[in-house]
Amino acid sequence: MFDVGRSSFKVKGITMEENVAEKISIHPGQAARIGVYVCHCGLNIARTVNCGYVAETVSELDKVVVSKDIAYACSEPGQQEIKEDILEHGLDRIVVASCSPRLHEPTFRQMIQSVGLNPFLLEIANLREQCSWVHMNEPDAATQKAVTLVKMAVSRVRLLCPLAGERMPLTKRTLVIGGGIAGIQASLDLADNGYEVILVEKNPSIGGKMAQLDKTFPTMDCSI
Amino acid sequence: MTDVGRHPKIKLHTMSEVVDVEGYVGNFDVRILKRARYVDEKECTACGDCEKACPVVCPDEFNVGLSSRKAIYTPFPQAVPSAYVININECLGHNPSVCAKCIDACEKGCINFHMSDEEIKERVGSIVVASGLEPYDPTELDEYGYTRFENVLTSLEFERLVNAGGPTKGELIRLTDRKRPQSIGFIQCVGSRSIRKGGGYCSNVCCMNTIKSTLVLKEHYPDINIKVFYIDIRAFGKGFEELYMRSRRSGVHYLRGLPGTVEELSDGSLRVAVENTALGGLEFHDLDMLVLAIGIKPAKSAQKIREMLGLQLTPDGFFLEAHPKLQPVDAATRGVFYAGCAEGPKDIKESVTQASAAAARSIRLMHKGEIITEPITSVVIPEQCNSCGICAEVCPYNAITVDIKKKTPAVVNSAACAGCGTCAAECPFGAITMNHFTDDQIICQIDAILEDKAQEKALVFACNWCSYAGADYAGVSRLQYPASVNIIRTMCSGRVDKKFIWHAFLKGAPVVLVSGCHIGDCHYIDANHWTQKRFQKLQKRMEKLGIKPDRLQLEWISAAEGVRFAEVMNKMEKIRQEVSSQEIADTIRILKDRKISSLK
Repeated sequence: MFDVGRSSFKVKGITMEENVAEKISIHPGQAARIGVYVCHCGLNIARTVNCGYVAETVSELDKVVVSKDIAYACSEPGQQEIKEDILEHGLDRIVVASCSPRLHEPTFRQMIQSVGLNPFLLEIANLREQCSWVHMNEPDAATQKAVTLVKMAVSRVRLLCPLAGERMPLTKRTLVIGGGIAGIQASLDLADNGYEVILVEKNPSIGGKMAQLDKTFPTMDCSI
Repeated sequence: MTDVGRHPKIKLHTMSEVVDVEGYVGNFDVRILKRARYVDEKECTACGDCEKACPVVCPDEFNVGLSSRKAIYTPFPQAVPSAYVININECLGHNPSVCAKCIDACEKGCINFHMSDEEIKERVGSIVVASGLEPYDPTELDEYGYTRFENVLTSLEFERLVNAGGPTKGELIRLTDRKRPQSIGFIQCVGSRSIRKGGGYCSNVCCMNTIKSTLVLKEHYPDINIKVFYIDIRAFGKGFEELYMRSRRSGVHYLRGLPGTVEELSDGSLRVAVENTALGGLEFHDLDMLVLAIGIKPAKSAQKIREMLGLQLTPDGFFLEAHPKLQPVDAATRGVFYAGCAEGPKDIKESVTQASAAAARSIRLMHKGEIITEPITSVVIPEQCNSCGICAEVCPYNAITVDIKKKTPAVVNSAACAGCGTCAAECPFGAITMNHFTDDQIICQIDAILEDKAQEKALVFACNWCSYAGADYAGVSRLQYPASVNIIRTMCSGRVDKKFIWHAFLKGAPVVLVSGCHIGDCHYIDANHWTQKRFQKLQKRMEKLGIKPDRLQLEWISAAEGVRFAEVMNKMEKIRQEVSSQEIADTIRILKDRKISSLK
């Protein structure tokens, strides 16, 4: 086990202008000021999980400065509220307990970035796909589990480090696999926008299954 | 189509297949195998002299075997590129004493038997997968007699038969007697909406395709008698209902019910037995010709493409999108997009729409000319590195270099590192840390789960791409499983360090599940092989220590397997309930006596 604050690996490959970590000097686990937002997602979460109770329970955790339930964290007013809290209370890490991070992690990363936080100082607790929706008939158990999930997120967010990606050159060309109607259309759209296209077709001609059709609906004209 | 052939920005490789893809978003290195055409594509004017000279007659694939072509041929008149091709397996050979008549016939000298397959390397920034579909083969649906009766056709064969460019120049004939049929039946949902045969899903296009065919037939032969046997007519698109109504108004009979049997009568006509579910009676219909509206199956190449690009398939075999509503065009692999039937059955309009969307998504990625890499990569702590070289051995991307002889610390090429974390899990010296998934960041979550009522918790490690997504899918499908399950997300199951497992048992976990992508499906090439090896070692060690190995489980769950995810969670709960508090206390005692680091 090692000290998370080690400078040797705290921030990796940051480009000069992107060095958010240096702008906001954060010492993991020490000065953390955490904001927790338990999202109702309308009734998607709130019908099963007692969001107010969850927010209240986790408010007592170490380094949690703000903890509240919120109707729709992803909505404009929801995001605005979180951003205002960040500025007002000097929050430096955010936990959003809402839907799956596979859905809104980019949304919330952008949100905290817009008020100067490193986007990686965010943790999402998956209260919808992995709690309220799968324990619909056990509101008490679901609420207890939600508390655990948020506690996990709070412990994790305390230890998160600011990160930034590297800028890499990119090849402005696209490989299109398949020369049927979809491959043809994608190739033409890309090429007409000035991008080089490599179109690979396994048969001797492009056209795919579409070329074999006589008339096509709804226009009833020929396919080629 | 011709626009593609002419476009200065499009490099078209026909008779080619992608055989290998390396690299990552922004810079994929692609190897393409281009099979020899034996005809100079640029010089050939498609005059057809060679074809006349060729003595070999073969079935024409384009006309689904309803006509013949030569061994040197052009697939169809509008083919792009407009050049002939030799099927070398059918050709008699170029030794002049054998044949080589085409070489003599070609005035321009385009034919070259010394052409060989070529390997082409290309670097691209993004990839559009438009690998298409396979029409359903109705052979297994023997009740319709497709293989037994000549006048039973598939909808694709029927398309060729009524096509002006087809074998009969658009003249509709019966295959047995070359006469124009007076009556035609269409059977819907052949290979669709049946779990038993074909696929359980709707193929989307067959209803409208049949409606279109009935309209074309009625236009050419107003007196023709048409019957359509269906379960439901799904005319859901813009303008579709109107076409359906037009078809009905033109006198086409729509009968609700799929035929049970088809028999051939002495004159080659077909007797169809069907339960008309609208009227509730068994009916027999004698028809001159029967058309099977065959469904859409995934292309055979889908598996290979999936492996090369690290993509996922749904249980139906079509490519799985990153999100069914919000990212319907994106693959979970960054920089890869889907277009057309590769992603699911769709008609031409939908294919075109999705293709344009794929192009736009691709441009959105590329237009800046640079890409910001994911910072979730591994980092070596040089002071702790013993230069043993294990990390370099396990890295699926060869992103780590270690000089074992010189004993210099390992170096991670962060551009090549994809962030699976296998190296961090395997390093015996704790000298590698995984950004955003450090040991501490994971262990603190284990502690949070187990700090309270540990015995009532099942701890689950899930990889971001497959099993975590599978858990989400279970949620979206509202599949219920016990609330004892608590999931810790890692990017790959390869990240799950042995010490996480020991730590969990030390803290009183009754059961631990490690879950990841199926073997062969790993988002990080083969990182989950190391997960498997580690798991086996852990179970052996548990047994030696006197801890029931069953308390640690390993399951492969794909992003599409929501049902399986819920089943596995129910299984975990059963195992959990069998673990007594005495067992847990014993385990804690056993592990406390040892240092976790010694258990590595």
